[in-house]
Amino acid sequence: MSQVPADLRYTKSHEWVRNLADGSCEIGITDHAQEALGDLVFVEVPEQGRTLAAGEPCAVVESVKAASDVYCPLAGEVTLGNPDLAAAPELINHDPYGRGWLLRLRPKNGSSGTLLSPSEYEEHLRAEGF
Amino acid sequence: MGRHTPLYELHRSLGARLVDFGGWDMPVQYASQIEEHHAVRRAAGVFDVSHMCVVDLTGSRTRALLRQLLANDVAKLTRSGQALYSCMLNPAGGVLDDLIVYYLDESSFRLVVNAGTRDKDLAWIRRHSHDLAVEVRERVDLAMLAVQGPEAREKTVMLLPAAARARALELPVFAGFEVGEWFIARTGYTGEDGFEVMLPAPQAVNIWQALNARGVVSCGLGARDTLRLEAGMNLYGNDMDETTHPFESNLGWTVALEPRDRSFIGREALERVKAAGSARQLVGLVLEDRGVLRSHQKVSVPGGGGGEITSGTFSPTLERSIAFARIPSGAVARVSVDIRGKLLPARTVKPPFVRFGKPLAGVL
Repeated sequence: MSQVPADLRYTKSHEWVRNLADGSCEIGITDHAQEALGDLVFVEVPEQGRTLAAGEPCAVVESVKAASDVYCPLAGEVTLGNPDLAAAPELINHDPYGRGWLLRLRPKNGSSGTLLSPSEYEEHLRAEGF
Repeated sequence: MGRHTPLYELHRSLGARLVDFGGWDMPVQYASQIEEHHAVRRAAGVFDVSHMCVVDLTGSRTRALLRQLLANDVAKLTRSGQALYSCMLNPAGGVLDDLIVYYLDESSFRLVVNAGTRDKDLAWIRRHSHDLAVEVRERVDLAMLAVQGPEAREKTVMLLPAAARARALELPVFAGFEVGEWFIARTGYTGEDGFEVMLPAPQAVNIWQALNARGVVSCGLGARDTLRLEAGMNLYGNDMDETTHPFESNLGWTVALEPRDRSFIGREALERVKAAGSARQLVGLVLEDRGVLRSHQKVSVPGGGGGEITSGTFSPTLERSIAFARIPSGAVARVSVDIRGKLLPARTVKPPFVRFGKPLAGVL
C-alpha cells in the first residue's frame, strides 16, 4: 500500500494538505496518485496571487499517458507555486510529500473544506479497491 | 473481463498494471514507462504482442487474393520469408486496417493484423477468400513476443530452437522464417533492430523469463506507444481509420498504383484522390514549449485552416513533446496547438523523429 503520512490531511481526489508554521498550507498529490499517474513529464502550477475556490482545478499534472487536473482542497490565495517542478516534474514521483509539493496557499478565513484524516484517507483508498 | 494472452499470469506476477486494449487485458507498464522506453533505445526490451491476430492464408490462389485485398502489392514478395507492410482498404479508399504480410511459399502467406480490428478483418478476408478457395486460419495457438533494441538479437538468439539460431543471425531486415511451429522475423514497431517471435503458446512464459534473466527488460504497451511514435509509425484507430485514406495518413509510400492493371479494393477512390491531390496531410510536430501534445487537440495553420492531433505524447528520447497531426496540405513550417485554451507553437517535421536510438536531423 502507498504511503499516507500521519501529519497531513487529504481529499478524496488524492491531494494532501500540510499546515505550515506561518498559517499557510502546502498542497500536493498523494503517493497513491503519483503511482497511478506514472512518470510525470509536465506540471503546470498556479500563479502567485491567484484566488482559488475549494474544489477548483488549481494545477495540471501530466504523465506520459495522460493529463490530470489537481483540485484545490481549500479556498484561498496562492502564495507560491513550486518553481522546481518546471524543470523536474519527476520530483513528484520521487518525493510526493516533500520536494514534489505543488503550491502554497493562504487559506480564506474559515475555509477548512472537507478534509480527510490519514485513517479516513486510507479507508477511502481501500473503498476504491487499492 | 477481457481476453488473456498466455503471458497474463506472468504479467500479474511481475507487477504490471493491466488495461483493456482492443478487448484484451494487457500490461501498460511494469515499473516505469520511461525506463522501459530507454531500455529499448539503449539495450533491449520484450513486449507481449500475443493479442495481435496471426492469420494463415493457404491455397494456390492466395497471392491473387492478396493482390486484390491489399493496397501494397504482394507481387513484390519473391523470396520466402519476405515481409510487406500494407493497408487493407474499403472501396472508398478508407483504411480498414494496416498489417504485415509474410510470404512463406506460393500457397502460403501469413498476415499479422491488429487486435482491435480482428473480427472485422477476418470477416472481410473470408468474404473475399471464398471465390478463390483460399483457406483462412487464425493462429490462436501461437504467442508473439517482440524483442527490440540494439542488444535484442544477440540476447534472443540462444533462446531460439537450435535449428533456428544460425539462420536468425543472418536474417535480413523485414524478413522472417519458420522452424517447426516457430516463426522468427526481423521486424518491429519501435524504430530499433530486433525480432518478433511467434511461438507455441505454452513456451512463451519460459522464453520471457529467460529473456529477463539475460537483462531484457519487460516492457508494456505504454512504452510501445512512445517508441512507435518516435519511430514515425502510425497507430490504427488514432492516425488512420475507415474515414481516412493512406495519402492523408503519411502512408502513400505503401500504396502500389503500379502496375496499373492490378485491380485492388479502393483503387478507384485512391486514383481520384491522387488526380485531385489530397486535401490533407499527416505531419510530425515538435512542441517548442513545455507541455504535452495529446490526440484531438486542435491545430491552427498560419493563414487559416486547421486540423487535429491524431497521436501525441512526451518523447523520452527527445525530452519534449511530439505528435502526428492531420492538417491541410501544403508546406507549413509552424503551427499552433490549443492546449487547455493556450495556443502553443509547434514545428512541423517529417517523421520519424528517432531512429536507432538517435534523434533525426532537424527534429531538435
